[in-house]
Amino acid sequence: MDPGLDGDQGLSTAAASPPGTPRRAGLRRGLAAGLHRHAGARLALLLSAPLAWLGVAYLGALAALLVTAFWSTDSFTGELVRTFTWANFQDVLTVDVYRTVALRSLGVAVAVTLIDVVIAFPMAFAMAKLASPRAQRWLVIAVLTPLWASYLVKAYAWRVMLSSDGLLGWGYGLPATIATLAYLWLPYMILPIYAGLERLPNSLLDAAGDLGARGPRTFRTVVWPLTFPAVVAGSVFTFSLSLGDYIAVKIVGGRSQLIGNVVYDNIGAAGNLPFAAAVAAIPVLIMLVYLAAVRRTGALDNL
Amino acid sequence: MFCVMPDQNVAVRLRGLRKSFGPVEAVAGVDLDIADGEFFAMLGPSGSGKTTVLRMIAGFETPTAGTVELGGRDVTRLAPFERDVNTVFQDYALFPHMSVRENVEYGLRVKKVPRAERRERAAEALRSVRLAGFEQRRPAQLSGGQRQRVALARALVNRPRVLLLDEPLGALDLKLREEMQVELKELQRRVGITFLFVTHDQEEALTMSDRVAVFDQGRIEQVGTPAEVYERPSTVFVAGFVGTSNLISGEAAEAVLGRPGTFSVRPEKLRLVLDLDAPVGDGDHSATGRIAEVVYAGAATRFVVDLDAGPRIVVLQQNLQVSSMDVTGLRETRVRLVWDRRHEFSVAS
Repeated sequence: MDPGLDGDQGLSTAAASPPGTPRRAGLRRGLAAGLHRHAGARLALLLSAPLAWLGVAYLGALAALLVTAFWSTDSFTGELVRTFTWANFQDVLTVDVYRTVALRSLGVAVAVTLIDVVIAFPMAFAMAKLASPRAQRWLVIAVLTPLWASYLVKAYAWRVMLSSDGLLGWGYGLPATIATLAYLWLPYMILPIYAGLERLPNSLLDAAGDLGARGPRTFRTVVWPLTFPAVVAGSVFTFSLSLGDYIAVKIVGGRSQLIGNVVYDNIGAAGNLPFAAAVAAIPVLIMLVYLAAVRRTGALDNL
Repeated sequence: MFCVMPDQNVAVRLRGLRKSFGPVEAVAGVDLDIADGEFFAMLGPSGSGKTTVLRMIAGFETPTAGTVELGGRDVTRLAPFERDVNTVFQDYALFPHMSVRENVEYGLRVKKVPRAERRERAAEALRSVRLAGFEQRRPAQLSGGQRQRVALARALVNRPRVLLLDEPLGALDLKLREEMQVELKELQRRVGITFLFVTHDQEEALTMSDRVAVFDQGRIEQVGTPAEVYERPSTVFVAGFVGTSNLISGEAAEAVLGRPGTFSVRPEKLRLVLDLDAPVGDGDHSATGRIAEVVYAGAATRFVVDLDAGPRIVVLQQNLQVSSMDVTGLRETRVRLVWDRRHEFSVAS
């Protein structure tokens, strides 16, 4: 093959290449051939950037958070004191207000997750199993579209709806917060369940009906066990996003506070970064416990 | 096209069955009676509507028009779980999160059969498909042939009136398929249940079934025993789909057979004679031509012969005395084809 021909296919024409091109193309081809022969090098090249990002931005930030949580601030000057202390964690665990807030946040996250599962499952089922391919495409777009709109706009839309003279008129508070969060995170529950149901062969549903099972039993014995990993995947999103939220509750929560608010207030108004870090460790801890529990059920084996 | 049977012997009765998917008419009017205890094949190319008919009998699809009767009862509008049939799916559709035993017991559990009886019947069903001892395995730990047999056991354990099989052997390799053909046939004789199976493989349909319905474009072209369908195909489509058709029509028919129409002779009914001047017997017809291609296939050889009268004819000869060296040299040779008149039949085009 003409060495000038491979390389830049499509854009530049081989005939117009300057005289130096063949050698550069040869080098490039040598590199490509080398990569082809060394699977390890290929893997390293592909993974190095994403892994560096994960390592620095994610694990690094988490580590910094954990370290900060063991520091304190000088109560007069407000400056950081970089000496080890358990005081922040003691406060978080022993002061009643923080315990209440932590439990309330957990309750909100659980409620949001359950509501989303209940709403998302029928929707995902209709999308994956009942809709025509054309309708299916439109439904996926319909589920995704709200994600393109600003978080704030959506939260304020709910504020308008929930206000005492609004469409729903519930007023503000925890129920309003749960409803708003359930709405905001719904797509994150629908999409994994939809993907899980897509992978579930239709013949399994036919087979259950063929063997005498009605809808509810087919759901309980075939559909649910096989899509449970997808539900777990969705719940990890809704659960962790709810645990970390502090804006929706500010907009529609009335006087209620969640963990996120405590963190935010301590960083902002109070300027107590170490205490904020200790509080922020709570959701991380809860998520770790949750993931461990999920792992024990074996739901992640099939992911 | 169909023979009417007394009601008590009819396992499946289809009348005027139609199914449209949007503008596409998948099944365009099917009438069929299948007797109790029959091993019945629905044969046809893909898209001929045979699988849709099966799915309407199982209850997975609702007919656009017409009726489905099972054992004399109209079940056209009933859900799958209300019908006395069970299905062996093309992909087996075993529940991957259940053991072999749980799969086989599923139908019995739904019907609230007591645990002890359930165990016993499941064990018996697994024995009948030679899978005793596999109760604790997961479907993923089984080979294709074993999964197929679990699917059979799972359906048969419910003792349905009719067992529906959708391309049951399609996913198996040739050797296993041939074994399973024999095994299925034996199993059906033993349990005495009506087997209704769908296939696109004409050999499978001919070797296994008591009767065959040949489907094309949503209609039944012919119903009959394998011998009837093969020896006396009623249409050009059946002649071509079940075996090689070797059609002689138009002017060629006038020239060779001395009468107008469309005729067909099966390849194995033809004799290849190298001596062009050899006398032709009283009851025989013959035609001359040139060998265009020779395909040696071990036990037999296929000769493709271009007749002087026009049509291209395939001849199948057993390799009784010859070897590949002998036959491949025959290309381009002029030959005479001779056949018994009784083996030529007229087909509707």
